[in-house]
Amino acid sequence: MSDKVIMLGNEAIARGAYEAGVKVSAAYPGTPSTEISENIVKYKEIYSEWSPNEKVAMEVAIGASISGVRALASMKHVGVNVAADPLYTVSYIGANGGLVLAAADDPGLYSSQNEQDTRAVARAAKVPVLEPSDSEEAKEFTKFAFDLSEQYDTPVIVRVTTRLSHSQGMVELCERTEREDRPYVKNIAKNVMMPGNAVKRHLHVEDREKRMAVDGCSMAVNKVEYNDRKIGVITAGIPYQYVKEAMPDVSVLKLGLVNPLPKNLIMEFAENVETLYIVEELDPIIEEQVRAWGIKAIGKEILTIQGEYSANLLRTAILRQELEIEQAAAAPMRPPILCPGCPHRSTFHVLSKLKIHAAGDIGCYTLGAVAPLSVIDTTICMGASISSLHGIEKAKGKEFIKDWVAVIGDSTFMHTGINSLINAVYNQGTGTILILDNSTTGMTGHQDHAATGKTLMGETVPAIDLEMLCKSIGIKNVVSVGAFNTEKLEQVIKEEVAKDELSVVIVKAPCVLLDKKAITSQYKINTDICTKCGMCMKPGCPAITRRSDKSVVINDTMCNGCGLCAQICKFGAIQKSDK
Amino acid sequence: MKTTKNIMIVGVGGQGTLLTSRILGGITIHAGFDVKLSEVHGMAQRGGSVVTFVRYGEKVAEPIVEEGQADVLIAFERLEAYRYAHYLKKDGVLILNDQRIDPMPVVIGAAVYPENIIEMLQSRHKVIAVDAMSIAKELGNARTFNIVVLGVAAQHMDFSKEDWLEVIEKLVPPKTVEINKKAFVTGFELQKINA
Repeated sequence: MSDKVIMLGNEAIARGAYEAGVKVSAAYPGTPSTEISENIVKYKEIYSEWSPNEKVAMEVAIGASISGVRALASMKHVGVNVAADPLYTVSYIGANGGLVLAAADDPGLYSSQNEQDTRAVARAAKVPVLEPSDSEEAKEFTKFAFDLSEQYDTPVIVRVTTRLSHSQGMVELCERTEREDRPYVKNIAKNVMMPGNAVKRHLHVEDREKRMAVDGCSMAVNKVEYNDRKIGVITAGIPYQYVKEAMPDVSVLKLGLVNPLPKNLIMEFAENVETLYIVEELDPIIEEQVRAWGIKAIGKEILTIQGEYSANLLRTAILRQELEIEQAAAAPMRPPILCPGCPHRSTFHVLSKLKIHAAGDIGCYTLGAVAPLSVIDTTICMGASISSLHGIEKAKGKEFIKDWVAVIGDSTFMHTGINSLINAVYNQGTGTILILDNSTTGMTGHQDHAATGKTLMGETVPAIDLEMLCKSIGIKNVVSVGAFNTEKLEQVIKEEVAKDELSVVIVKAPCVLLDKKAITSQYKINTDICTKCGMCMKPGCPAITRRSDKSVVINDTMCNGCGLCAQICKFGAIQKSDK
Repeated sequence: MKTTKNIMIVGVGGQGTLLTSRILGGITIHAGFDVKLSEVHGMAQRGGSVVTFVRYGEKVAEPIVEEGQADVLIAFERLEAYRYAHYLKKDGVLILNDQRIDPMPVVIGAAVYPENIIEMLQSRHKVIAVDAMSIAKELGNARTFNIVVLGVAAQHMDFSKEDWLEVIEKLVPPKTVEINKKAFVTGFELQKINA
């Protein structure tokens, strides 16, 4: 019996993995990929975990595949960089049980530090890529990816983008196919990638690429839709929907397999249309290959490399339509901000007061870079705060970093921050590292990690103790302090940055959104006492605003009762009240 | 219904746009339409400007609503209504929750919150403004203000009150079914009285 339901693209990938008989799934959360694992965990037939980082997740999935079961790893585009090392080599090893990597790119940078294209990584690693264009395809292509993986002895990437990951569409549910595990047979020629073996497996990789480029021409995921042949469009993924919306009457070659490209199919299509356009978001991956074959095509000279596409973009660029669109109002921007009651605000308030620079990292606390807090100096990638501070010290000397700290969240610290900290111990750094421990992975919507004591599947496990971990690698100065104890925090930071030794300050307070039921009090401004000085507004809490008559008010639907403003007010005008 | 209907929900991250769009998605499926919804997760949700698109009809291609195409624009906050009003069709309707949330550039004095937003919008579009927060507070739960707004907007869509209530019952947390139904009906009836 088939059943139609509405699903997020990510949810559909999870469903596809379930129906394909996947038994192991590993991931590290990252927008826009997070919901894949959050939905996988609903299927009891699948073992699923949050790994500390994407490299580990990839390797867990590879191990499961080598053992003979179908396995999924999922991550965002920049996570693929972290997982690149195993990915490039498992391309040689191939798969025993089907091995699929779901990678989610972020054109338009809704929640990322760059706009890279996973297809470029896949080409370099010579890993096949399937690209779905709606939720139904996300499910079906994921299933197909496992078949391809086993048939061609290869890992397969299912590449999606934010727009698909976070769009919901109709999906027809099928039953799960339980499959016998493939037998595990020791095979060092295939699974031990030392030079003598790898050189032979490389032949397999090159041969596989050629075979798939030929076989791809007859795969149902690559679809030719001939209509008016004046315009022909080669496209894939979400941009296919924009093509159908803007130009329903043109001829389309919709690619499902985007690496390796089905060369003969593309050449035939090109011959059958008058003007060929290539519509792909981000890099000209299809376009450059097609042009290298001597085919004339129009692409990035009229379509941008940056951001997301839309039907209107194609109407303007390809159809040269003049659109009657009202101009957008010049409204003040509304950038994302730390939530009311966020413990990071308290920490940044102290850093700001002490005029301290911060080497930053990836997480909600990156928002400490923007006004009025303006504390963060650098943000590069996961784990880079500690190591880049170390680099600054080695370049400029220890006196230079006496007014610097590194700030990193607990989840990011477990991801790759720990490596950087080991380096700082080994190479005698003297910096001060603030681990902002809010007991969760905040930005991606509250996922557990090795230091929270809970697994993705909800098991209670011993939490890794950050304080003990730091001490165990030889750091003498490890101090824990509550994030909202601003007086103590200020004193501790002053002391630790002054030292000629490495220090770790663990700044603790759970993310305010973790348990909103725990909030039992709020704060109000006593207008009889308030001098309207505005000091309480300095840390930029969105719950505190100034009215047109200059009076300051706390919005009772937003206040989460952290009390930072009350600590700041010198006049005692901000008072606690029951919620 | 041959043409696709385009609904947009705009607001401030944390205002509950996702629940509202899920109910909207639910009702369209309930009625047997093809539907696509597009949401924003991640960083923008942290108090930023958030947009959700809902498109339904016989067969929906792109999951986004583009400038000049929205039949109904539901805005949970005044400045966000102002920011996205150009997405409305010429004969589209704007349902506005009359609430002001200052964005950080305004809070720190780097920008000014525009005055007379409603008047400016009314000069160009059909605008229905409601103080849903006060209504929801009176009903006993301020957080249901978005469902009050949805109730108002429902008068401009193609589904019966009974169908809406059935879908709400299925999609909101069990403990909040009654209050959410009450919020919806209040919004729904409000519009009728004013019309």
